Amino acid sequence: MTMKTLSGTLLATALAMAASSATGAEDDIFAQYRAMFGDDNPAELTEFQGEDLWNEVRGPKQVSLEQCDLGLGAGVVEGAYAQLPRWFEDAGKVMDLETRLLYCMETVQGMDVTELRQHPFSEQGQPQTDLEALSAYIAAQSKGMPIAVPQDHPAERAAFEMGREQFNFRAGPHDFSCATCHGQSGKRIRLQSLLQLNEPEGAKASFSAWPAYRIAQGAVRTYEWRMADCARQQRLPGLVHGSPAAIGLITYLGVLANGAEMDAPGLKR
Amino acid sequence: MGNPMRIRAVTADGNTTVKVLMSHPMETGLRKDSEGNLVPAHHITTVTATHNDKTVLTAEWGAAVSQNPFLEFSFAGGAPGDKVSVHWVDNQGDSRTDETVLK
Amino acid sequence: MNMHRRSFLTLSASVLAVAATATMWPLRAMAEWVRPKAAFEAKGMDDTFAAMGGTPEASTDIDFMTPEIAENGAVVPVTVTSKIPGTTEISILVEKNPNPLAAIFVFPEGTDPSVKTRVKVAQTCNLYAVVRANGKLYSATRETKVTLGGCGG
Repeated sequence: MTMKTLSGTLLATALAMAASSATGAEDDIFAQYRAMFGDDNPAELTEFQGEDLWNEVRGPKQVSLEQCDLGLGAGVVEGAYAQLPRWFEDAGKVMDLETRLLYCMETVQGMDVTELRQHPFSEQGQPQTDLEALSAYIAAQSKGMPIAVPQDHPAERAAFEMGREQFNFRAGPHDFSCATCHGQSGKRIRLQSLLQLNEPEGAKASFSAWPAYRIAQGAVRTYEWRMADCARQQRLPGLVHGSPAAIGLITYLGVLANGAEMDAPGLKR
Repeated sequence: MGNPMRIRAVTADGNTTVKVLMSHPMETGLRKDSEGNLVPAHHITTVTATHNDKTVLTAEWGAAVSQNPFLEFSFAGGAPGDKVSVHWVDNQGDSRTDETVLK
Repeated sequence: MNMHRRSFLTLSASVLAVAATATMWPLRAMAEWVRPKAAFEAKGMDDTFAAMGGTPEASTDIDFMTPEIAENGAVVPVTVTSKIPGTTEISILVEKNPNPLAAIFVFPEGTDPSVKTRVKVAQTCNLYAVVRANGKLYSATRETKVTLGGCGG
């Protein structure tokens, strides 16, 4: 590395730290750590897997997922993730990326996704599931685009309301709601800053970063995984994958995040 | 045969910078799985990088290199059409070679 | 070939082998780089330095970048650039890891003596960048703090 490159790296680090302070955002303490990763996110490896899966001819119907409509037309992947969740006429419901991918694997390719629905996420040390790999690939095709989760259809608006209600609903042995940890600004658990998710700044920072390579998991994890993991930490009964509650929460956060630049797959601790 | 690596090689000012992302669990042999059993050590031990058949880097790794390893280095020279190849071997006898062509 | 000559040749070969092991570091003259197993298996900084050939001399000509505080010790980015002429190797050591030696990078002629990678840091401690230049060892040290994230679960 030449001196030019080294000072370039230091400058980039300094700028990253300054930017983080300017937004008054979380994790100033970890800004230097995150800056040192640059653009080199292990999630890229999972994106490759997802791309192969998207293009592969599979299932009883022997077609690829290029026939799958993610909301912008069959096979259109660019920008699709930034506009999910949304209402799908053919399914008659609001779907997020994950439920839509399962739907396409089932209807377009004729595959049996029962197992995948029950175990959508890989265990630590195991290969990424098809769902995780496809999510990483599709999300990456929206990188740099503005988040634009729609609220045109009544069902989309209902999903938003469901999400808002879910966000504030206290339950479980600790009587926690999402708002308990994520309903105020400037809070943290140990050294981890907590985003305030019920307002745009925090929602933008969260929604734009998932799916993400989760260092602690050594794998790409999806937004539904993140929701389910929060539910686990709240000591709530499991959040069912693709449930109205899960899709509602994601719709709620997505709408609040509208306008922000999609940056997934992100890199998380 | 291990999972594919991502190799990016960019030439500027007579120097080629190579960035590699490898897919590997890099198990230390000290971690326990969900059933409480020790997961055996499984990690890359040797990495070799070549530029058109000339070795430009050799590395010996222990288990403490992070999972899904990242590596960046640079060497003098490099012209469009040149091949940069990276090869790794792990302690369980698995290996992987990937290459990229300079633009 | 008479018996005396054969045994002399055998003896020479084994003397060379003993010499190689005794120095405990692959001779640069050898065609093949041999993994210094003992160094990777050493526990504690003293034993690791011994296996590497001695305690390095602190140097200000090594640019060593590590995060002050890592959000997750499993993946800690490090950058090392050696400005010492004649650099042939850069090694990265993590003081409080079960085995401090994490990686060795060998630079042939034409490759910049500089490397970026990511290592596991078990707990807050000193990281060392050790440079071998003209057969001598030099080092730079930085402390990296490691935290436990979030809800911990």
